[in-house]
Amino acid sequence: MTRRAAVRSGLAGAAGWWLAGQRTARAWPAPAAPRAKAVIQIWMWGGPSHIDTFDPKPDAGYDYNGPLGKAIPTTVDGIQVGELLPMLAAQAGKYSIIRSLTHGINAHETAAYAVQTGRKPGSRLVYPGAGAVVSLFKGYGAGYSGLIPPYIVLTQLQGRFSEVGFLGPRYAPFATGGDPNQSPFVVQGVVSPGVSEQRQRDRRGLLQELNTLARAMKGNQVLDAVVATEDQAYDLILGESGKVFDLSQESDETRERYGRNTFGQSCLAARRLVERGAPYITINYNGWDTHKLHFQAMRQRLPQMDRGMATLLQDLSDRGLLDTTIVWWSGEFGRTPRVQWEPPWNGGRGHWGSVFSAVVAGGGFKGGRVVGASDARGEQVRDRPVDPGDVIASIYELLGFDLDAKLPNPEGADIRLVAPATERGALGGRLGEIM
Amino acid sequence: MRRVMLAAVFAGACVCGPAATGQIQDPFASRAVPSPANSLDEIVFARLSALGLRPSSLCSDAVFIRRAFLDVIGTLPTADEARSFLEDRDPAKRRALVDRLLERPEFADYWAMKWADTLRVKSEFPINLWPNAVQAYHRWIRASLRDNLPFDEFARALLTSSGSNFREPPVNFYRAVQARDPQSLAAAVALTFMGSRVESWPAERLADLSVFFSRVGYKATGEWKEEIVFFDPERPLPGAAPGSPRSGRFPDGTATSLAPDRDPRVVFADWLVRPGNPWFARAAANRVWYWLMGRGVVHEPDDFRADNPPSSPELLAELGRAFVESRYDMKALMRMILNSTTYQLSPVPAGAGGVSEANFAHAIVRPLDAEVLIDALNQITGGTEQYSSPIPEPFTFVPPGVRSTALADGSITSAFLETFGRPSRDTGLASERSDRPSASQRLYLLNSAEVQRKIQQGPAVQALLQRGGDGRALLDLLYLTILSRHPTEAEMAAVQQYTQATEPNRRALVQDLVWALINTVEFRYRH
Repeated sequence: MTRRAAVRSGLAGAAGWWLAGQRTARAWPAPAAPRAKAVIQIWMWGGPSHIDTFDPKPDAGYDYNGPLGKAIPTTVDGIQVGELLPMLAAQAGKYSIIRSLTHGINAHETAAYAVQTGRKPGSRLVYPGAGAVVSLFKGYGAGYSGLIPPYIVLTQLQGRFSEVGFLGPRYAPFATGGDPNQSPFVVQGVVSPGVSEQRQRDRRGLLQELNTLARAMKGNQVLDAVVATEDQAYDLILGESGKVFDLSQESDETRERYGRNTFGQSCLAARRLVERGAPYITINYNGWDTHKLHFQAMRQRLPQMDRGMATLLQDLSDRGLLDTTIVWWSGEFGRTPRVQWEPPWNGGRGHWGSVFSAVVAGGGFKGGRVVGASDARGEQVRDRPVDPGDVIASIYELLGFDLDAKLPNPEGADIRLVAPATERGALGGRLGEIM
Repeated sequence: MRRVMLAAVFAGACVCGPAATGQIQDPFASRAVPSPANSLDEIVFARLSALGLRPSSLCSDAVFIRRAFLDVIGTLPTADEARSFLEDRDPAKRRALVDRLLERPEFADYWAMKWADTLRVKSEFPINLWPNAVQAYHRWIRASLRDNLPFDEFARALLTSSGSNFREPPVNFYRAVQARDPQSLAAAVALTFMGSRVESWPAERLADLSVFFSRVGYKATGEWKEEIVFFDPERPLPGAAPGSPRSGRFPDGTATSLAPDRDPRVVFADWLVRPGNPWFARAAANRVWYWLMGRGVVHEPDDFRADNPPSSPELLAELGRAFVESRYDMKALMRMILNSTTYQLSPVPAGAGGVSEANFAHAIVRPLDAEVLIDALNQITGGTEQYSSPIPEPFTFVPPGVRSTALADGSITSAFLETFGRPSRDTGLASERSDRPSASQRLYLLNSAEVQRKIQQGPAVQALLQRGGDGRALLDLLYLTILSRHPTEAEMAAVQQYTQATEPNRRALVQDLVWALINTVEFRYRH
């Protein structure tokens, strides 16, 4: 199928969907059986350059490309990516590139909010990000009983806005801390170098003896819940579950393939977490806010990203996990297509919310496709504008969530998982052409 | 050799019994029979009796000093403060302690933190006050609480001020919202000063309230992120021609007339703080009661509505009445609550019964606020926190001595504060501050590298080790430092047994004890 045909069929599919919505009382069709079980979100904090990654513009010239003027072919006819992504080029059959995302926002927090929640900033409510929503629908209140928390962040929270929004801290992510590229990977609270297992056990006995108030108030629901969380915690500290973070269980060869750096080993940790049933993992990948020294940063960082992400896709596929695992790569926006050569930037790229790219793979997303297009210089959407909310709604659909489900909120307002199209100023609708 | 001696010391402690440190078997209750001390107690006790519930015992002095420190100044008593209070023979020592605490500088820090939660004081998304305004606003809130500005004047300043967000800090009230349309401003006013969520209101009432906030203007200046908030007479009243008056309606249904040249915010403020207003004094007094007691008479404290009635209408009325009578004197209200017998009950219930908590038959356990908890850990171990903010560049670094309860900006945070339920300050709802225990919290306190480091390297723990003394004195000091009380006999025996079984050296034993005590629910929970 050509890209144009894909776009056409996507539009037809989307139109059919709107009509289906109108025919029934529901704003959205009833949920289908889930195709994805887990999501690995690679969050490119700071906003990665779309031109230098998945939307190259080799004909735009030096003013736009700087020293990275080449695009390279991929294993899929007609799809090219930036020259620093050769390993991902070889995996192109596994993922689809969305080249026409747009929200027009050029500030980090508001743009990150729009991309991670699928909602426009500025309403009276702060909506939850996708991870918190997955934690709501697939977490402890929804039948999940794993000891590994259902929503995990590798390794630090971004802290610029609340991931959980009005859902509240119950659905907050567990941030591992530490560095998976160090040995051991010191996961906050799970791995504590310098305290032997024997001493852990002894101490636990001492604590139980000295927990006088807990004994005096046995039967108090609040304190009993604390004791229950303690049992869970010890199962992670001393039991088998915590071993998921022990990357030394993997062969050296595997670890090398992912890349011996924080991002590469985070991808490996994410794969291990998915294998053990964790439904949502965010890899917070910093360092893409490249106002200055942009091309140096690309040369240094993109090879790491290329290796880690490409290996992750291959490895998930080899293990039969890619069919049920969505990999979602995105930042909050793209970067200024025209290089800012003038001082103080001296060869940098600024924030660009008019058009930017995202990548989705697995879990029901088709590979080897391109959705939409930017114009010749990567400055505006040319075809098939995609709203960040469309991506998230499509992910929810593949997870089998009811898009009409009400979200619990402290004000008791009638809030649906995905806002009705009328409220969202619908652009292209669901990503039907790649689902 | 040293191990053997240490074990022997604890063995000795067990033999000579409780004489030296005056241990008691129930460390949480005192022997005194609880009886009403003021009008609040009369109402609470009468209701308990009507319900057939028995109040719990009066709490022990040790529980009281810990509770009062945590509730009034968000700070753990030091070992010296705890010891001297326990030794004090003055029968009025609890009252005297309350008076002292209300004048401590930490009082202003801690209550400014609570009000900054309510008023959504943060630099970044979705509130976007920005750093300079956050500092000015927080300083004004803190000074108002320190100086005990009457609450009606506090509210009036927030509601009616005009000027620069840097120079006239209360104007930030109208900036600390997610949207600035009149309805959103009205919603913030109702939540903050009426304890009411407009989502439960008829649309007409919200529309009426919005009229009072329809002439708030905003304009930028040449200064970065400076903004003037003002009464804009150019904006016509909604539905009225420019320069024409219109009628208005207060939330209680009474009508008023709004003149074209008069700031309608002032008209609203006059109505709001009037002594007969059914919302203002009660909502504020209920909020203070909630903060001190752990549960509102109306609960949640910002959810006053017909189908969420107070657990005791008489108690709510009395709190409101006393607050008005004191001329909205915050500290007088706190004093009244803190000196009540109801506040001073033990957390251990006298009997079972699901409604005992809602009727205040015993003290309510609740987790220490995230900020209070990290400050307490740092006080015990001698550690400090490092806070910084990436906006604006160059980065802002908070000096290491600043306590977490004194942080002005909700956008300046840490993994610890997030894990332990610090509110995001997005909405001002009291429920934003989470009191649910989580596995992440347990993992953090039980086993995180940060906590281990504080225990192993904290200068205050090192100093404890240097203090010398026999094992019993050391254990007593650890208990006073961490739990504000002496150990019981049973606890001394448990430590003795632990020492004999595991034979730790002195350093390891102290580390294990600090670790165990900060992981007890007695430490984690205000009780």
